[in-house]
Order: sequence, then structure tokens, then C-alpha cells
Amino acid sequence: MSVEQTVETAAVEAAPRRPLPMQLKVGLAITGTIVILGLLAPWIAPYPWDTISMKTRFVAPNTTFWFGTDEYGRDVLSRTLMGTRLSLAMGVSATLVSLAVGVPMGLAAGYFRGWVDELLMRAADVLMAIPAIMLGLLVLAVTPPTLWKTSLAVGFVYIPPIARLARSVTLTLANEEFIQAAKARAEKTSYILFREILPNAWPPLIVEASLRVTYAILLGSALSFLGLGAQPPSSDWGLMIAEARSFIDRAPWIALTPGFAMCLLVIGVNLLGDGARERLDPRLKTRMGKS
Amino acid sequence: MTAYITRRLLFVVLVLVAVSMLVFGITVLLPGNVAYLILGQFATPEQVHVLELKLGLTDPVWLQYWRWASGFLTGDLGVSTLMDRPIGPLLADAISRSLMLTGASFFLIVVIGLGLGIVAALRHGRPLDHGISIGTYLGIAAPEFFWAIIVIIVFAAWLGWLPSSGYEPISSGVGNWALHLIAPTITLVLGHLAHVSRLTRSSMIEVLESPYITAARAKGLPERVVVLHHALRNALLPTITVLALDFGRLMGGIVVVETVFAYPGLGRLIIFSIQNRDIPTLQASILVVAAIYALANLFADLLYARFNPKIRYGRNVG
Repeated sequence: MSVEQTVETAAVEAAPRRPLPMQLKVGLAITGTIVILGLLAPWIAPYPWDTISMKTRFVAPNTTFWFGTDEYGRDVLSRTLMGTRLSLAMGVSATLVSLAVGVPMGLAAGYFRGWVDELLMRAADVLMAIPAIMLGLLVLAVTPPTLWKTSLAVGFVYIPPIARLARSVTLTLANEEFIQAAKARAEKTSYILFREILPNAWPPLIVEASLRVTYAILLGSALSFLGLGAQPPSSDWGLMIAEARSFIDRAPWIALTPGFAMCLLVIGVNLLGDGARERLDPRLKTRMGKS
Repeated sequence: MTAYITRRLLFVVLVLVAVSMLVFGITVLLPGNVAYLILGQFATPEQVHVLELKLGLTDPVWLQYWRWASGFLTGDLGVSTLMDRPIGPLLADAISRSLMLTGASFFLIVVIGLGLGIVAALRHGRPLDHGISIGTYLGIAAPEFFWAIIVIIVFAAWLGWLPSSGYEPISSGVGNWALHLIAPTITLVLGHLAHVSRLTRSSMIEVLESPYITAARAKGLPERVVVLHHALRNALLPTITVLALDFGRLMGGIVVVETVFAYPGLGRLIIFSIQNRDIPTLQASILVVAAIYALANLFADLLYARFNPKIRYGRNVG
């Protein structure tokens, strides 16, 4: 009797719970591993990332230096591990900047409509009329480069897409009954925007933001590569690859190691974002289920 | 249709005016006096003042903007502060070289991307489809500068087939010219193929399952006709918009690729002008890129309207 009961409740509980999409699991595994490695980097890196040792220059990968050493004899693996933190910090901080500015913009545009909407969205159009990397270059041309300015610039570049998404979500939510009820209760506008609309707008925004993190990582490293981000002796991946360019025929491992690390991280976060989107949006799931 | 085109054209003009203000505004905010930058740090205040007057730097900002913008409309793009030459011809050379590069890449992206997408859709769920999916996923994941490094390692360092950088004018021989174009083109194509092929694949799959395709097959039409004439026409709609965006991304991609391959185009001119604080050149280059980008988007919208009767005949368009 009791056994039957448990089986029944278990079945009832299990029924509405869909299995996690494969992409989500793989993405979570890859991203999780990289994040943990990045956070633990100072403790697990086999060698100091910035100690120059002229005796061990250009050592090819072997059992002592798994991924070889660079032109200053620094261990490539240790530098890549430390670079993980910089890339993650760049991606996350830039995305937070875009969210912090873009979400209020989108909420205001979608809720107030009229001239506010027109003004904000046309401003977004103008920013989107310049390719992302050139907008970043334009912003960075104004000041001497440092890593945090680069993340700020990258965050600035990706404000418009976040604002547009927030606006479109707000547009649909603004006509819902619970918003009308809040208006009828004469709630303050700020309350309606941030306590009623925002909590319901989060899911699509989070998914978009997680995909934006990879864009931010790629753009940030490209800017570092061009010399407008992290400066030597930083172990930022983009900078590492830029510096390794001169030795590409002698010591390709210096560029390849951070490069593949970046690919892996981007693939991981992309899978995570795609999987999350699939799970959050059932309408999309049926469509993508066919693929 | 005419009303639609007029509205879109007007919008492009407005956006470009706004972009020009943005470009001008950001570079005016630049710390460090331009006159100082030109004369060097040992300049006397009098020299700086004379040059400021000559360059019109003491005028109000709106007057400076007007002078700059009106010059642009009459074809006078100003003088490069670094090279002391008019920007117009400088920019024209760079643009023509960049357009060769982006044009070749874009053509290959369209052909290969559509091809891969169609093949993947027809074989969907089979090993070939999965292979293409994984390949294109890698394409998105690697940044352009890393693709560039891999292309150099494989084709220049390893196989020794291609020069690792540089540019040769056509006058030095077509073969030589083309050889220097290949490596940057491969890089751009690898980095941008994924969007087109993935989108073509998913919209093809959706279209192939719609009833009118079943009807076409039931009529006994050969599969080639069904795929190329019936399915592709509708599946292309979402792809067209992405193609325009991709052209814009290519214009962004040239910054990195031209720098890696030391290819003297627009992208390298921009980096060069940033490194050397050549502000007039930077302003003109970015504005030109924005113009090309805007025109590509306009062209995509018009193509989209051409293929989509809902927009062609609709009255509430915008």
C-alpha cells in the first residue's frame, strides 16, 4: 500500500518535469569546469604566470611544461589558466554593464511608449549602425587602454540589443491583467516597472545575457589582440595570441593553447545558452525538437 | 513599394547624420590638444595657439561640426594630421582594397553557406548533418584572430603555399595579387560561414515540412525542382536579412584580419589612425564604414520586401 503510494506520487511529480536538454548538460559541464579552473588558477597553476626565466625559452610541450613555454620562458599552461579569469571577468562585467543600462532603457521604452520609446530606440539604431568592433575602437580611441575600460566599452557596445529585447518583452507584459491591476491599485510607476514587469521579463533576458557573455569575451579579446585592451605582461588570451604572432612558425603552441581555451569556453557558454533557451521557451523547443 | 523605399532611404540618411554627430562628438572629447599632438611636446604656447586658429579649434563645437560635415558632403574629407595628405584618396585606396577582400569573402560565404545549409537540411538527422553542425559551431566559437593564426600556421608555416602577410597590387601580376588575397579571405569565410549555413538549414527544415512542399512532391515534381524552386525561395527570406548583417560583421572583421595579414585596407587604416591619434582619418573611416553598413542593411530590406508580398503590398510598413 505504502509502496504503491510512493510510486504514484513519484510518477505525478516526475511527469511535468522535462529532462534537461543534452546541450544544457554538456554546456554546463564545459563551462563549469572552465569556471572552476579559472577560479582555482592561482592555486593549481604549476608555475608562476609572470616569472621570466631565460633558460626555459621556447620549450616545446613536454612532461614538465605540458603546453610549452613562451618567449620569456613563462609556462603557457599557467598563463592560460590565469587568463581564464580575465576572460570570464571581461565577459561577465561587460554583460552586467549592458544589462544595467539596457534593461531600464528597454523597460522605459516599452512601458511609456510614445516619444520616450522613439527617442531610446532611435538612439539604439544609431549605435547599431556601426559594427560592434568599430564602436568599441571609437570609444577606446578616446582614452589610453586598460582592461577595465575595454570591458566598459564592450558593455556599451552591447547595450542596444539588450534594450531592444527588454522593450519587446515589456510591450507584451504591459497589457497583461496583473499590470492593469497594479495600475488600478495606483501603484507607483517604479514599482510596476521593477517589481511587476521586471521579474517576469528576467528569463528571456538571462538567456540573452548568457549568449552576450560569449560575444563580450570574443570582442574583448579581439580588442586586446589589437592592443586596445589588456597590456603586457597581462596573460589575457587575446594579448597572449597577439604576442605569440611573431613566433608562430617556431613555437605555435604559445598561440594555440589560449586560442583553444577560448574556443572551448565560447562553445560551452553557447551550448548553455541554447539549452536554456530551449528549456525556457517551449514553443521554440517543439520547433528545435525537429532539428 | 516606392513609398517604402523613400521612407527607408530617409531613415538611412537620418541614421548617418546621427552617426556623424556621434563620431564627431566622441573624438572631440579626446583628451590632449590636437595641436599639441601635431607639434609635439616641445611646442611653445604661441605656436599651439597659431595652429589652433589655423585648424579652427577655437571655434564653437557646432561650427567645427558644420565645417567638417559640410566638407564631407562636398567630397572634402579633410587632411590626415599624420601623413599630411588629403584623406579622400587615402581612403579611396583603402576602401577599394577592403572591398576586394570583403567582396570575395562574401561571395564565398553565400555560396558555401547556402550549400552547406541546404545539404544539412536535406540530410537532417544523419551523420553528414551532424558533421556540418559541429563544424559550423566551431566556426562561431573561434574568434577571427585565432582563425587567422591557424590559417597562417597551416598554409604559410606548414605547407608553405601562401604568403603569411602583405598585399601586392594587380599591376605586379594577377597571380601574385590573388595569392595575397587567399589567406585573409579564408579567415573571413571560416569565421562567418556558420550564421548563414545554420539559418539556411533551420529555415529549410521548417519549409520542407510545410504542406505546399508535400503538394509539390505529390504532383510528381523532381526533387531538385521542389528543393531549389519551391522550398529555397521561402527559406531564403530569413537568410537574406542575416546576410546583410553578416556583410556588416565582415566590415568589422576586416579590422582584425587586415591587421594580422598586414593588408593595407580600411581596417588597418582605422587601427593605424587610432595608434597615431590621426583623428580626421579615424572619423572619416568610421563614417564610411557606417555608410557601407547602412546601405547593406537597406539593400537587404529591399530584397526582403521584393521577396515578401506581405511587405510589398502592405500599407502599414515602416
